[in-house]
Amino acid sequence: MSKLKNTFSSSLGKKLIMALTGLFLCTFLVVHLIGNLQLFKADGGKAFNDYAYFMTHFTPIKVVSYLLYTSIIVHALYALMLTLANRKARPVSYGAYAGSANSPWTSRNMGILGTVLLVFIVVHMSNFWYEYHWGKVPFVEYRTDLTTGQTTQTELAAADFKDYVKYIDNGVEITRAKDLYATTAFAFQTWWLVALYVLGMAALSFHLIHGFSSAFQTLGWDHKKYVPLIKMIGIWGFGVLIPLAFAAMPLYFFFCI
Amino acid sequence: MKLDAKIPEGPLAEKWSKHKFNLKLVNPANKRKYTVIVVGTGLAGSSAAASLAELGYNVKAFCYQDSPRRAHSIAAQGGINAAKNYRNDGDSVYRLFYDTIKGGDYRAREANVYRLAEVSVNIIDQCVAQGVPFAREYGGLLDNRSFGGAQVSRTFYARGQTGQQLLLGAYSALNRQIHEGKVEMFSRHEMLDVVVVDGQAKGVVVRDMVTGEIETHAGHAVLLCTGGYGNVFYLSTNAMGCNVTAAWRAHKRGAFFGNPCFTQIHPTCIPVTGDHQSKLTLMSESLRNDGRVWVPKTKEIAAQIREGKIKASDIKEEDRDYFLERKYPSFGNLVPRDVASRNAKEMVDEGKGVGSSGVAVYLDFADAIKRLGEDAVRAKYGNLFDMYYQITDENPYKEPMRIYPAVHYTMGGLWVDYNLQTTVPGLYALGEANFSDHGANRLGASALMQGLADGYFVIPYTLGDYLATIGPKAVDASHPAFAETKKAVEERIQKLLSLKGNKTVDEYHRELGKIMWEYCGMARSEEGLKKAKKMIQDLKADFWKNAIVLGKNEEFNQSLEKAGRVADFIELGELMIDDALDRTESCGGHFRIESQTEEGEAKRDDEKYAYVAAWEYKGENQAEALHKEELKFENVKLTQRSYK
Amino acid sequence: MLSHIQTVNSKLTTANCIHMSGNMNLTLKVWRQPNNDTKGSFVNYPAQNISPDMSFLEMLDVVNEDLVKKGEDPIHFDHDCREGICGMCSLHINGRPHGPKQAITTCQLHMRSFKDDQTITIEPWRATAFPVIKDLAVDRSAFDRIQRAGGFISVNTGGVPDANAIAIPKPVADEAFNSATCIGCGACVAACKNASAMLFVSAKVSQMALLPQGQPERYKRVQAMVAQMDEEGFGSCTNTGACEAECPKEIKITNIARMNRDFFTAKFFKQEEA
Repeated sequence: MSKLKNTFSSSLGKKLIMALTGLFLCTFLVVHLIGNLQLFKADGGKAFNDYAYFMTHFTPIKVVSYLLYTSIIVHALYALMLTLANRKARPVSYGAYAGSANSPWTSRNMGILGTVLLVFIVVHMSNFWYEYHWGKVPFVEYRTDLTTGQTTQTELAAADFKDYVKYIDNGVEITRAKDLYATTAFAFQTWWLVALYVLGMAALSFHLIHGFSSAFQTLGWDHKKYVPLIKMIGIWGFGVLIPLAFAAMPLYFFFCI
Repeated sequence: MKLDAKIPEGPLAEKWSKHKFNLKLVNPANKRKYTVIVVGTGLAGSSAAASLAELGYNVKAFCYQDSPRRAHSIAAQGGINAAKNYRNDGDSVYRLFYDTIKGGDYRAREANVYRLAEVSVNIIDQCVAQGVPFAREYGGLLDNRSFGGAQVSRTFYARGQTGQQLLLGAYSALNRQIHEGKVEMFSRHEMLDVVVVDGQAKGVVVRDMVTGEIETHAGHAVLLCTGGYGNVFYLSTNAMGCNVTAAWRAHKRGAFFGNPCFTQIHPTCIPVTGDHQSKLTLMSESLRNDGRVWVPKTKEIAAQIREGKIKASDIKEEDRDYFLERKYPSFGNLVPRDVASRNAKEMVDEGKGVGSSGVAVYLDFADAIKRLGEDAVRAKYGNLFDMYYQITDENPYKEPMRIYPAVHYTMGGLWVDYNLQTTVPGLYALGEANFSDHGANRLGASALMQGLADGYFVIPYTLGDYLATIGPKAVDASHPAFAETKKAVEERIQKLLSLKGNKTVDEYHRELGKIMWEYCGMARSEEGLKKAKKMIQDLKADFWKNAIVLGKNEEFNQSLEKAGRVADFIELGELMIDDALDRTESCGGHFRIESQTEEGEAKRDDEKYAYVAAWEYKGENQAEALHKEELKFENVKLTQRSYK
Repeated sequence: MLSHIQTVNSKLTTANCIHMSGNMNLTLKVWRQPNNDTKGSFVNYPAQNISPDMSFLEMLDVVNEDLVKKGEDPIHFDHDCREGICGMCSLHINGRPHGPKQAITTCQLHMRSFKDDQTITIEPWRATAFPVIKDLAVDRSAFDRIQRAGGFISVNTGGVPDANAIAIPKPVADEAFNSATCIGCGACVAACKNASAMLFVSAKVSQMALLPQGQPERYKRVQAMVAQMDEEGFGSCTNTGACEAECPKEIKITNIARMNRDFFTAKFFKQEEA
């Protein structure tokens, strides 16, 4: 074990942890995005609320989610440790420093971008994750006529079930669930929250434009044949598409609902 | 004192192997009782230090640079010769030997040169095993190219950075021994004297260039691998820090100086742009394969060029003088280095020089570009053209390059016998620091070969013989000679620091360089040399009165470092002049006006001058004594070179 | 005979005029620090009548000679070969190691790259692992110690196979050569916002990892060199690419990836230890 400890206490070991947690968080982003796309479904939030329940109650997902929380914390802590060590490596700073001449801004500001992201994550989780688990989320009942496929919804004042229930009664599928969709729609009526989310996604974009391909470089997965692909995915997939899609959600609720 | 070169008896090809057998060996268990001091960490020093440490000796290595890897061997571009005959083109140890002896204009020892050729093949094997990335062919085997003075392709190379790659190989071997604890490395330490006890070298005095501390180090033998003294000319292709101090101090302690006037002046360097110039940059001589050397036919046109009224490309074909092609129709632009250099100087002296300074000739690629196309020329010489552009801001694809000869290498150095031992027992000189195997002119790609041959394959054998003779008894560092030598060094430093005149050390260095270049450069005459001798004596007196040396000893003090080196260069300069005066013949890099053929070519005088001039120091302001080591040629026939 | 000296003197004066005829006037903002125990600060010096043909270091020579004449301590800086290969010169010029141009060292930089009346800030490499010795000269012996930890192939002199015994594919040999061109100047550390030495270390690791001769010690070497690098107090790599952009020999950060790969392979899958 001491040998492994030795590995992870080296500068390369620490970077390995950064890369692995970072990439894991990237995969989560994809899953999270696919789930959140349910928000755009015009079904009164049913798909979204189903998804929210699934994500919080399916055991394998729950295990993964704790891994995720750990990853966020570890990623941030190691970033802090490395940043402090890096500061120590240059105690007297340059009088003139032309960083922009030799490296992209994003690569030099991963700490700032990461901090913005961390603030965002805290706000985001208190808005939704915390609310969903322990806060005051309204309840909703969906009744879907299985023959016509028509769905109606009613808000429930109080719940006589725990979190979620689904059954079929007389050819009608009845779903009662916490209405996270409504919480979301409500939250995104506040302009500054929307602004914060858009800012958060901008930070995510810049963080990943550098971070995604950087993780592969740290892992040593470097080959001239597929580095261009990694770079493309990093910039266009994780740097543009994903943050844009996420940012579209608060904007959608603010402007369109 | 009678000079004994200790050349083994027997046929040429058997001398070295017989000699190796006859040399005494040191018992493996006894080797760790010896300490060897190695000064300088270029190719010769690093390879010697590593090889000796591998054998089991304790080594203390010193260099003035901040890291042993930075020694000036690193700047060698072209390549390293070895008689591998990988091309199947007729190369052999004997042919490499012959080419080198002839290239040196018959002023080197046959036995030494043959040994050099013999071990050359081992060098390549050794370097490849160390991970030196030599150029390779598509089949994965080593590539070769041809170089001046040879009709076979025997030069191994690593792009234009052969010296760097070889040095990094030797440096890595040295590092391994430092890691093993067998070598103790002292960077930023400058050797300022040799400690001689009862006639034997037993240690050195060095200055820690960061703290100024003067230290003494004791050892059973001292190896000087301190390079050449080209910086006596102020401007040369040497590194700024290259100096003669270690060798000169050894000379003053009894080591004879061999052939000090033998200097190699390389024809294709980028010319001086102004008096601010601190060093000269070499352009590989391979450029002369495709470039044509010329000057304007008349002084008037040259004057217009100098005044910037016209450009080179404005000069009509019939107004150009391709002087090398004209004078040497069979060799043309590919005459040897010394001939090319001398002719360029002649043109400039006649007032036909070009460039704003007038001290340059053209090297023109217009024909090559027309014949081969710009891309082909770029593929061959692109990096050199870039380098030229970088320094001059002129585009050599459009306008011809300006070139001028510059001091590049010194064949002279401390006199050593076949064992590389100087006239002081226990004091050895390796690489460019010794008077070497190159005679009066060194062939391209031979310097790297010699440095590594000495360090890897000669000294490990010959040093053992001496060490076995003196025995492993520890050197007594409390011997008064150590304290006395240290005191002498300290006094000299104090004397330098007391100089509070009005002229900077650089000014003296520049003046010295000008005298040496003018009178002891490409062409020398008795009259000029005598004049120069007096000038140098005056310069020396003036230096010790009017120089400015700032600061104190106990600090990083570049002002003091420079002063000590220049003071030694001034003294060496005088000896070079003496040597040049003595040799009233033209040979290799040494051209005496008095000794030329009717066509104005160098005329060697084998009757009178087939010897090594070894100079003995006789004391402050005393004339040095000349000792002659006769050169015997039993295997090659001496012929006059002609390139017409 | 004194007349000769005078002739030389007057020649010198004329020669001095050549450099006096330079037409650039600059202000140098130079970091002066007597030694590592004393705090340093910037001092301004005028650099007058500078010729655009001067190299940057020659410009400093001119300023220094003026300082010496005034009895002031000259600006100390490391330099040696002045042709871009020894790696001794350093200097952080206007915020960039080796100045504004790419793929050259400070000694290859010429004053025509600057404008008249410009202020030029000149600083030493700044890193804990490169303590200042004096003014602009720093101690880079950390690089030597890293190499000593394992940057070699353990062969003794003699007893090696013939140079052509092992064929090496040309692309591999070329790649190894590209890594081997590192001159150890430290610009990578100076440029890196974290003062990381990864480019330097990885270049050496790569050269030997690529060559067949380097294989027996490949995994031991990378661990030993990384451990020493960490011990020296360099920062860690955040893949900004600044090192690659500023490297005078254009060493690529693919070397860093290769080193990482070898390091993790060594740590997780190999028997060898440092």
